[in-house]
Amino acid sequence: MADIIATNETILVVGGGISGMTAALEAAEFGKQVILVEKTPSVGGRVGKLYKYFPKMCHPTCGMEINQRRLKMNPNLRLLTMTEVSAVEGEEGNYSVTLKTAPRYVNESCTACGACGTAVEAEFDNEHNYNLNKRKGAYLPSAMAHPQRYVLDPAIIGTPDATKAKEACKFGAIDLDMQEQETTLTVGAIIWATGWQPYDAAKIQPYGYDRIQNVITSVEFERMADPHGPTGGKLLRPSDNAEAKNVAFIQCAGSRDRNHLKHCSRICCMASLKQTHYVEDAYGDDGKSTIYYIDIRAIDRIDDFHQKVKANPNVTFTKSKVARIDENKGNGNPILRGVDTEGYNRYDNEHDLVVLAIGMEPSVSDFPMKVVVNENGYIEQAESNGGIFAAGCSTDALDVNRAVQSATASALRAVQVVNRVAGSEG
Amino acid sequence: MATDAINYYRNNFLKEVEANVEEGHWVKMCMQCGVCAGSCPLGNAWEHTPQKIFMMIRAGKRDEVLASDAMWMCTSCYNCIARCPRELPITHIMHGLANYAHRLGLAPKNQPTRKFAILFWNNLTKKGRVNELKLGIALYFMNGLVNGIKVAIKAMPLGMSMMKTKRLSPMEILGGHGIKDTSGFHAILKKAREIEDAKMTKFD
Repeated sequence: MADIIATNETILVVGGGISGMTAALEAAEFGKQVILVEKTPSVGGRVGKLYKYFPKMCHPTCGMEINQRRLKMNPNLRLLTMTEVSAVEGEEGNYSVTLKTAPRYVNESCTACGACGTAVEAEFDNEHNYNLNKRKGAYLPSAMAHPQRYVLDPAIIGTPDATKAKEACKFGAIDLDMQEQETTLTVGAIIWATGWQPYDAAKIQPYGYDRIQNVITSVEFERMADPHGPTGGKLLRPSDNAEAKNVAFIQCAGSRDRNHLKHCSRICCMASLKQTHYVEDAYGDDGKSTIYYIDIRAIDRIDDFHQKVKANPNVTFTKSKVARIDENKGNGNPILRGVDTEGYNRYDNEHDLVVLAIGMEPSVSDFPMKVVVNENGYIEQAESNGGIFAAGCSTDALDVNRAVQSATASALRAVQVVNRVAGSEG
Repeated sequence: MATDAINYYRNNFLKEVEANVEEGHWVKMCMQCGVCAGSCPLGNAWEHTPQKIFMMIRAGKRDEVLASDAMWMCTSCYNCIARCPRELPITHIMHGLANYAHRLGLAPKNQPTRKFAILFWNNLTKKGRVNELKLGIALYFMNGLVNGIKVAIKAMPLGMSMMKTKRLSPMEILGGHGIKDTSGFHAILKKAREIEDAKMTKFD
């Protein structure tokens, strides 16, 4: 990586999801030198795994494509994929950052023709689909992947599959001798945008995610609705691949719960309201959704969306936090048990499929530098953080709209730091 | 008119519970999610679930809450405490409410758990040690003579085994064992009651 030029007027952005891409693009388009590092082989992050956005119900691929185009065209921005930050030292205006880049085993000559993917045999869990299906040992992370380059799974290196992949490539793009690289750079400011991860649903013991097949999470349901997803866009339940026409959504699965995540994850109410549309789109009036909730937190203008879903006769709202889920051993249906708050009626409701509106937790708990972290694990904005600014879901549980606002704000803060270094501040 | 409305909404009962019931200050923290009600193994046997009791307290339904049999049905399994998203000590609040209703003389008179609790307390405080024989007999005959004989016959093998292993002595019927300083123990209980009574805030 000797070709990377970085100075203390450079801004480092960590994380290539919607927030990191936005922050990097805003700063680069303002004229600053930016390095964007992403841990996985492609940018896109969690948003790249969504089927549709609320409240407009458009496809994230559209917005992502625009961002990817901006990224490709900007000479001020350098993208490093498969790269993580292992150490940060120094102070505002002068940080020394150590980056570790994992080998992709595929170089820039790759045309994404797919010959290597066809040649190899070993299969692995597909991270892009939350491990719901398999991908090959030589793979393109997703249809929208940027860079459009294949990756070899490190597990096939040294096996006959690796040789098969190399022999299949007509462009000499496969380089089995690639090694992990360590690079040390100087940068002036750092934007931390490592985002979020879904809370581990298996920890919510009474909901049986780890033992009842037809209990899934909202992020998995999102992949099922996507035509590029594991079921080709069909809403099929995992136990028997039957059509899931009677779907229950459980709100606050892991959020607003001192046994799990203390904070409200903010997106889950809207995510479930949005996903009731998927059920209706797939099955029309035969598709029934039930939302079990404590209270619906759809604020500001997005409450219009909530009101429209509420008026839909195919969607039922039950004001109750479900206490327990059991499985009907005969047909695999989850049985939801609890007591509702409007009338205190006890219920035992059977559904085809249960979707846990899973909470957001910060995806990094151990930061490689000193930052102020709040009780929920998110980075606080603090003077003592110096030239390190968090963006998007590193700051709080945010929806895409607010994450992008947060990213733009962090870009502006980082620009101020490198301007001070350059002495160009008034 | 305005004063009537203020009085109507003043809701002294929540304040009363906060002041006089053990852990009562937690009641206002309940967000009515219903997990306690759904997690309670005896939930369907109660007149009111904890969730409902807490809402009734906030609605000022003093007579209904204190006369409810709900808090007497709690078996202290602690499932509700373990699962409450706000970590309310629900079991303790229920016991606190039961004790408070009992002290005010408003608890349901023939509630079996309450009857047993009184039997147990009187048995224990007499000599500072539980007299198993007397407690067992009192318990068998709690619901009348005929029923008591039936229960006693059914439980006879257990009683014989306990006697064999020296866990139960027939001599206990004569008075039974106790602690050394019974009068001192009674003085302690009396003082404790005085302190408790002095702490009680009056609400009209």
